[in-house]
Amino acid sequence: MNNRRKQKCAAAFIAFLFLSLATVLLMNDARVSAAADGSITGTVKLSGTPPHMRGIDMSKDPYCVKQHQNSPAHMENVVVGSGGGLENVVLFISTGLSGSAASAVPSMKPEFDQKGCMYTPHVMAVDAGQDYEVVNSDQTTHNIHPLPSPGTGNIGWNKSQPPGAPPITTSWKSPEAIPVKCNIHPWMHGWHVVVKGPYAVTDENGNYTIKNVPPGSYTVKAWQEEYGDQEAKVTVGAGQAAKADFTFKAK
Amino acid sequence: MRTPHFTILACAVAVLAFAGISSAQVTAYQEHQWLNSPAAVSHIGTITGHAQDAAMDYRRYCVVCHGEIGDGNGESARWFDPPLYPKPRDFTLAVFECRSTPTGTLPTDEDLFNTIARGMDRSNMPPWNTFTRQERADLVAWIKHFSPRWQTEKPGTPIVIPPEPEVTADRVKAGRDVFARVQCWKCHGVTGRANGPSASTLQNDLGQPIAAYNFQEGSRPKCGSTDQDIYRIFMTGLDGTPMPSFADNIKPDEAWDLVFYLRTLQPFPSKEKDIANQLGLTPVTPATGP
Repeated sequence: MNNRRKQKCAAAFIAFLFLSLATVLLMNDARVSAAADGSITGTVKLSGTPPHMRGIDMSKDPYCVKQHQNSPAHMENVVVGSGGGLENVVLFISTGLSGSAASAVPSMKPEFDQKGCMYTPHVMAVDAGQDYEVVNSDQTTHNIHPLPSPGTGNIGWNKSQPPGAPPITTSWKSPEAIPVKCNIHPWMHGWHVVVKGPYAVTDENGNYTIKNVPPGSYTVKAWQEEYGDQEAKVTVGAGQAAKADFTFKAK
Repeated sequence: MRTPHFTILACAVAVLAFAGISSAQVTAYQEHQWLNSPAAVSHIGTITGHAQDAAMDYRRYCVVCHGEIGDGNGESARWFDPPLYPKPRDFTLAVFECRSTPTGTLPTDEDLFNTIARGMDRSNMPPWNTFTRQERADLVAWIKHFSPRWQTEKPGTPIVIPPEPEVTADRVKAGRDVFARVQCWKCHGVTGRANGPSASTLQNDLGQPIAAYNFQEGSRPKCGSTDQDIYRIFMTGLDGTPMPSFADNIKPDEAWDLVFYLRTLQPFPSKEKDIANQLGLTPVTPATGP
């Protein structure tokens, strides 16, 4: 390369560094007002025939069997309510949030309970850096064993929780869908879905509302453990509720 | 002839390469950096280990199982058949079973140093006490260059093990209560024979079958067989396996009681076993709750 080209290349490189810097600065802007916050609301549905959720044999632990004497336990990978509403879908904003809105962490602590040898909720959404509590309501020992992927910044751990043990309060560092299991009861499988910014999880009818969304244009992402991600573009006006519905197709 | 387009392309490649350094992929450049970073050094007492000095030893003795890039996929690894012969450790994950540090934290240099010397019972990892202490310290530094976790995280603070109390009948009995309360029997079985109701479905974090420790068999626990080692095993958990940490649920004093009770399940003559025989201790009854 001659000198001129070297200069050009250096200029492009410096421009890139400036752009990176500008992005970092932009991400640190202050939130202007919370009063004008709007929301994103909608319904997530499943089209087609919902997959069969097989029953769970809990005979390894008579205590667990007793908890389901009157209501047999089933897998919860795909839970469809009346009208095809899909439960346990996590909705969050993947692009468009300002730095401060994305890093704001709610003071509320979500609870992840072990009840009837199942996880309640089956899918817990939580902000990066937000404390959550793991509770054992059962009269049997569980071990809580989250398995984050390597390289995400989240580090796995494995703790026991015998009957009557105090809650475990902890948090995750980076956005990621983390599978959680209990080695003692191998059917127990749940999720900690770590996001940045406001989020919601669909109820038994597939309905959701993401609250506290500052006005702006966003990409909303819907995450389901079997069917993956879907995206939609929305624009939220001051104090308004924007609508975004999703439909996943049964495999 | 070079065109301006070529220049633009060259710039774009340079910029992308610069941006790529921050990604999770290990590049030759990163490997070089890690080998020359403060994390590529180990401190074992007065010995300082240097990663570069271990390259030959690793290639000669370790690579066949643990692999060129430390991912546990050496050419012998495919013949390892878990649970009888667990797969070699994947150093790129930096998840280690035998630690003095809490669950979810990196082990200390001494922990890795001791594991190399002790080997892992009931696996293909023999005791490598044939190495000098310096060589082992160098290998510890080398192992640490395989995962970026050693660049960004510090090892956990080792748990505090209080001085071992005198073995008494009360303590052995109290240990039996702890064994029942935290339900060790779910995997290890009421007599410690590794035949608890959950034993048959145990898997490690990589989805490979794994066996619970059989106290009655007479083999050494894989993270050491002293009283302190056993205390450490259940208070830190064996990360990467189903064995959780009980640090939140067993108080230090109770932990010693449990160590003494666990000794009564082993087939070796011991003071604890004599006491259990005198007391006529029976195996715990699996509680099924209300």
